[in-house]
Amino acid sequence: MIKAVNVHKKFGNLHVLKGVSAQIKKGEVIAIIGSSGSGKSTFLRCLNLLEIPDQGNIFIDGMDIVSRSTNLNTIRKDVGMVFQQFNLFPHMSALQNVMLAPVNVKKMNSVSVKNFALELIAKVGLSDKANAYPRQLSGGQQQRVAIARALAMQPKVILFDEPTSALDPEMINEVLTVIQKLAQEGMTMVIVTHEMGFAREVANRVLFFDDGVILEEGTPASIFDNPSQVRTREFLSKIL
Amino acid sequence: MLDLDMTVVWDNLPYMLGGAIITIQVSAIAVTAGLVIGSLFGLARISAYWVIRVLASVYVEFIRGTPLLVQIMFIYFGLASIGITIESRLLAGALALSINSGAYVAEIVRAGIQSIDKGQMEAARSLGLSYLQAMRHVILPQAYRRIIPPLVNEFIMLIKDSSLLSAIGTAELMKRAQHIRARTFADFEILISIAVIYFIITFTLSKAADYLERRTRIRD
Repeated sequence: MIKAVNVHKKFGNLHVLKGVSAQIKKGEVIAIIGSSGSGKSTFLRCLNLLEIPDQGNIFIDGMDIVSRSTNLNTIRKDVGMVFQQFNLFPHMSALQNVMLAPVNVKKMNSVSVKNFALELIAKVGLSDKANAYPRQLSGGQQQRVAIARALAMQPKVILFDEPTSALDPEMINEVLTVIQKLAQEGMTMVIVTHEMGFAREVANRVLFFDDGVILEEGTPASIFDNPSQVRTREFLSKIL
Repeated sequence: MLDLDMTVVWDNLPYMLGGAIITIQVSAIAVTAGLVIGSLFGLARISAYWVIRVLASVYVEFIRGTPLLVQIMFIYFGLASIGITIESRLLAGALALSINSGAYVAEIVRAGIQSIDKGQMEAARSLGLSYLQAMRHVILPQAYRRIIPPLVNEFIMLIKDSSLLSAIGTAELMKRAQHIRARTFADFEILISIAVIYFIITFTLSKAADYLERRTRIRD
């Protein structure tokens, strides 16, 4: 469903992605791990063109999204994203945050969107907070609203960029539980994370990024229990 | 010895208040138009297209770098001398003030937009909103709230600067004060009176803005 071929990205002189190729199938949950600066977030951001690759191709359902002729907004409505800093819209209630895109991008009728949005807010366990503004919510609650907001566009895939890194420890689980529920429902997801226990439990496949390339990939069991690369072992020994 | 003749003030108060209404009218037109012009040029200043950016910068820099009095006289007398006549002095004045205010508002709007965390634009775009939709629904509503104080400051300046329209004979507060002074020689009483009237107008605006700011803050 997503296919990245030889993706390169430079920021000035800094060569962040040095030829990344990967394939993600429908219904797969991919965990991307690696140290800071290894290019994992940049790669994720290339998948919905928040960063434009300097070289290489990215296909979503066979359509080359890097090509100039592709309409970005059409691609992006099929690719949801959840950010480390939540990025909820502070001047809108939780419900309005979730409703914004379906109403304005899909031009859906706002009554039916509202019902759907309330369902999604219930799904992330925040029915009593639908009318709360982001500043009235805890970090974990905000991130759950952000997940509902991404789901509202009924995307084919959701990208998570370190979704729990900005959270207090006691709030991490409530967010992970929601992501796990989505995994069980068959949602295709790509998750950049430092939560190794979670990656092991939820992911079908783990990609280990090191210095701008995917150094090793495989099932959680093979990566965590029996890594073939020295760098992977070093990385895991530092954080496990 | 201070020998004030307050009857001059009372006798001419209706005439002065009529001028105050014109001051308010001309300022209201200029504030509204300035806000529209300023928003467009503020967006243009951060456009992805360099031609648009350059054009907007030229406008902002040129208007900010030349005296308002020159701009006012240019619009009314300068244009008339090449055949572009604006009959109404009120309209000519409002036009000059709008163009002037637009340049300052453009800078305020630009700064306001740039002060919004870039994650907001990314989140909006990642949901499939176009750049303009993201601006309209996500960035500008937050930016406007944040720029209320500098905008109010700008509008207070504008109301005071409208006194310069007396130079082209717009019958606003300052011009009418000049009429009365020429007739009565009561410079002290009349100038104090219009100063108080200007202050009442600007202070009311300032308080109204405080209220607006407090109300919008409670919600976000």
